[in-house]
Parts: sequence; C-alpha cells; structure tokens
Amino acid sequence: MTAPLVVFFVLAALAVIGAISLILQKHPIHSALSLIVVMVALAGLYLLMGAEFVAAVQIIVYGGAIMVLFVFVIMLLNAGVEEHTSLSKLAGPPGLLLVVALTAFVAATIAKSGASVQTAAQTGALSSTKGISEMVFKDFVYPFELTSFLILVAILGAVVLAQREKS
Amino acid sequence: MRSLLTTNAELVITIVKIALLLFIVLTVNAYLTWFERKVVAHIQSRWGPHRVGPHGLLQPLADGLKFFFKEDPTPAGVDRFVYFLAPLLALTLALTSIAIIPFGPEPIHLFGHDIYLGIAPLNLNIGILALFAITALGVYGVALAGWSSNSKYPLFGGLRSSAQMISYELALTMSVVGVLLMAGSFNLRDIINAQARHPERGLFGWNVWPQILGFFCFFVAAIAETNRVPFDLPEAEQELVGGFHTEYASFKFAMFFIAEYTSMITVSCLCTIMFFGGWLSPFPASWTFTHYLPSVILIPFGLWVIMDGVRYETVFGRLVLPAVGTAITAVGLILIVDPRHINEFIQAPFWFLSKVLVFLFVYVWMRGTLPRFRYDQLMAFGWKLLLPVSILNVILTSFVILAKMQWGHQ
Repeated sequence: MTAPLVVFFVLAALAVIGAISLILQKHPIHSALSLIVVMVALAGLYLLMGAEFVAAVQIIVYGGAIMVLFVFVIMLLNAGVEEHTSLSKLAGPPGLLLVVALTAFVAATIAKSGASVQTAAQTGALSSTKGISEMVFKDFVYPFELTSFLILVAILGAVVLAQREKS
Repeated sequence: MRSLLTTNAELVITIVKIALLLFIVLTVNAYLTWFERKVVAHIQSRWGPHRVGPHGLLQPLADGLKFFFKEDPTPAGVDRFVYFLAPLLALTLALTSIAIIPFGPEPIHLFGHDIYLGIAPLNLNIGILALFAITALGVYGVALAGWSSNSKYPLFGGLRSSAQMISYELALTMSVVGVLLMAGSFNLRDIINAQARHPERGLFGWNVWPQILGFFCFFVAAIAETNRVPFDLPEAEQELVGGFHTEYASFKFAMFFIAEYTSMITVSCLCTIMFFGGWLSPFPASWTFTHYLPSVILIPFGLWVIMDGVRYETVFGRLVLPAVGTAITAVGLILIVDPRHINEFIQAPFWFLSKVLVFLFVYVWMRGTLPRFRYDQLMAFGWKLLLPVSILNVILTSFVILAKMQWGHQ
C-alpha cells in the first residue's frame, strides 16, 4: 500500500467512527466533538485530493466557526445528558431501507462520475483558488448570488424574530 | 543505517527541524514570561523577579520545576475525557501553527541538502489559510476546558472565549484580504516577496503603509483571538477567579500557559510577515553598511553582560554570565570578519526576529497599560467597528488595484 492510500484509509476510518460516535454519544458536547472530528477528517481527505483551498475553508468554516457556535449554544443552554426513549418499532425497518437506498444511490453516482471527478482533480480546476473563484464568479455566478441572497434573507429573518421577542 | 538516512533524508531533516523549533519555541516561551514580568514591573515602578539568578534570569527554570512537581488533583464531577483533552488540544494546536511560519528566504547548505528555515514546504499555497484554520480550532481548548471543569467560573470563561472567538474571527480574516489582494497569493513567502518589489524604498515598501487600516484591524482582532489584555475576559481574575483554567493545576495549567504564549509568538510573526515586510531590511537595499548592525548591537551587549556578570558573587554570575557575554561578543566579531558569508545570511533572520521582538514588547506594553474591556464594549467594538472597517479596507484596496490595472500606473 502506498502512503497516500494509508492516509486515506486512516482519515476515512476517522470520519466514519466520528459519524457513528456522533449518533451514539449521550451528551450533546461529545456529539459535537465527534462532528468536529468528522469535519477535520473530511478536510484531510480534501487535502489528499489536492484541493488545498477547500480543505482550509472546510476547517475554518465548518470545523471552526459553525461548530464553535454549536458548542457555544450547548454550553449556554447547559444541555445535560439525553434521556433514552424506547426506540420506535416503526422506525427500524424503513430506516434500514432508507440507509440501503441512500448507500446504493451514492455508490451509483460515484461509479458513474468516477472518470470526470478524477479529471477534475487532475487538471487542478478545483484545487487552485483561481480555479474556484473563476467557477463561482463566472460560470455559476447566478446560483452563487442567489445563495447569498437566500442567506441574507435568513439573517434578516433572524433579526426580525429577535426584535419581536424584545418588544 | 547510513542508507536509511540517505533515502529518507527529507524526513530526517524535517524531524530534526521540528525538534529544534520545539526546543527554541519552548525556551523562548519560558523567557517570555520573564520578559513580561520584568517589563510590566518596570512600567509599574517595581523590580520584577530578581532573586533567582542575576536579574531573575533563572526564574523561568524555577517556575518550570514548580509546574512539574506540584500536586495535580482532578476535581470531582469533571467530564474526564474532555477535561484531559482540552489542555492537550490547546497546546498542540498552538505549537502546530508555528510550523507554518517561514523564518528566512535562503536555505542553509548542509550535507548536500538545501535546508530552509521553517518547517512547512515552500509551496504551501494555503499558508495563511492553514494558519487561520489552526487558530479556528484553537478555541476548543479554552471552551472545552471551561465546560468540562463542571464549575461555574470556568464555564463563564469558556462561554466568553467562544463568543469572543466567533466575533473577532470575521474581522481577523477580512483584515488580511487587502494584503492578499496586493500579493496575489496565500503563500507567506510570496506575501513577503511582494513587499520587496521596490528594494530602494526600504521600509516604505512594506504593506503597513497602504494597508494601515488592515493592520489596525488585524492587530486588534489578533490580540482578541489570543485572549490577551485588553481582551482577556475569558480569564478575568477579578470576576472569574482564573477563568477557564481555574480548575487546572500543575502541568495541565502550564500547558494552557505555554499555548497562550506560543500563540502570542505566532501572532507577532504573522504581523511581521503580513504588514512589516517579514525578513526584509527596513533600509534601502543599496545601504550595505547596515549589514553590520547585528555586530554593532551584539558586541556592546556582550561586553555589558561580561561587565555585569563580574559584579556578582554567585557562581552563576561570576562564571556563566561572562562566558555568555564572551560568546555573544565573539559572534559579533565573527560577523564583522565574516569568513563564509554568514553575515549576509544572518540579515534576514535578524530582521525577522527583531520585528517579532518588537511586537512581543507591544503585547507586554499593552498589558501593563490598558484596562480590560467590558463585555458589551467588547462585542460592540468587534461587530460595529472592526468588521465594517475591515470590509471598507477590502473595498478600497480592490478599487485601487483595479484603477492601477485600468490606467497602468504599475
């Protein structure tokens, strides 16, 4: 096995273990910590694919800002250990079915797009900051601006809600 | 053995570099505490540490020993895993961030290898982003320490620290965008080289002049990120006992301490790189006589250390200080004679370290001068002043760059 492959399997295992632990942990802070592990492991995987910029942004935005906010809210509310409710009998079989369907869908997508994803990684279209900015601000400028608009609306909504509560 | 060394030369060099840098950083950390206590003491008309060794120079050693031998109780009711993880996280991330800093442009030729000063590879194209990523994770050390201690004051410290982090992270990131636009790169080496475009301008070619707004925002936000005065609300002694590290003792407390001082060094290095030309000399390139400046500083300093040492009656003062003084004077003399172009090589690290030292002094100076912010002032300052000003700086810089491109005044 080559070194990158070993690193890949270590990071992938970390991500999967983190994700499972996120669900199984009883305390919200431990779940949040597991999610941080997943985020950082994903960033490592991006780095392995040569997407330096995406890896750094993944850690800054998701690993840093958003998860700090999660941890902050959990600490502020002083959320305790979750109580275990008896599992719903109905949720089991459909959930299992959904997992199988989702896995099959993802696997099929990867199998189909394998070649094009690889060429994107090799040409460096996604790895350099320039490539990303050209894509975002030239090819996909309208979807990008629409997303920004959506976020702006969400922020305004939050402000309005907070103001209403005050008065 | 020999073949193993030659085949894995890069790996061996990197490991040696890491060990060396770790040693240097930890030693500098220890003496930074001495420096801080001494400077703050003189600001407040006191002597500071002066009992352990001449000028209290052995005080850091005594403190270090004390940290090792103190009892280390674990309070009841802590979340054990997170309680032990937090100091480890804080220290590891703080030390990792130093690895990205480049300390000099030219490699040392040793055993047929070019060894660059700094651990990160030369073409680390996300240099500054990687640093921000590491600082972004660094807050977890403080926040989790506060939470896991299961005690009210640390919890407040952790809460304050994460809120402060979220608020100032934005301004910190926006404030360097102007520099990045001017350099056209995230690579720290490229950013320094971009400031050397006009070598005859000397210090007037540095980024701090066109980016004065950016520098102001960056420095303030960086101080807030490192939890130092006047932004040290997470560990405000008068309100929160010790803040997030109240329940930590012995070496776990020392780990937080080392992490804080290491991030001070990192921020000073970053300020130097982004705004003050990194390793570039402040004098025009044609003034080659300024290359003797290190000797001019080192020789009188060495002589003073010798003179000072012989006054003491202790062994340390009588023997060690004059020996150190002689060594410093000898280095200064060697740099004047300069047999193998060492003086040429030493210029870049000399200027880099001098600038870093100035910033460290500013840190301590502020600690000795400024009172702490109130919490609402802290939030208002971050969101209502720093963030808008840094965004304004980005807009202004982009307009100027665009105008220059349009009318070609390069």
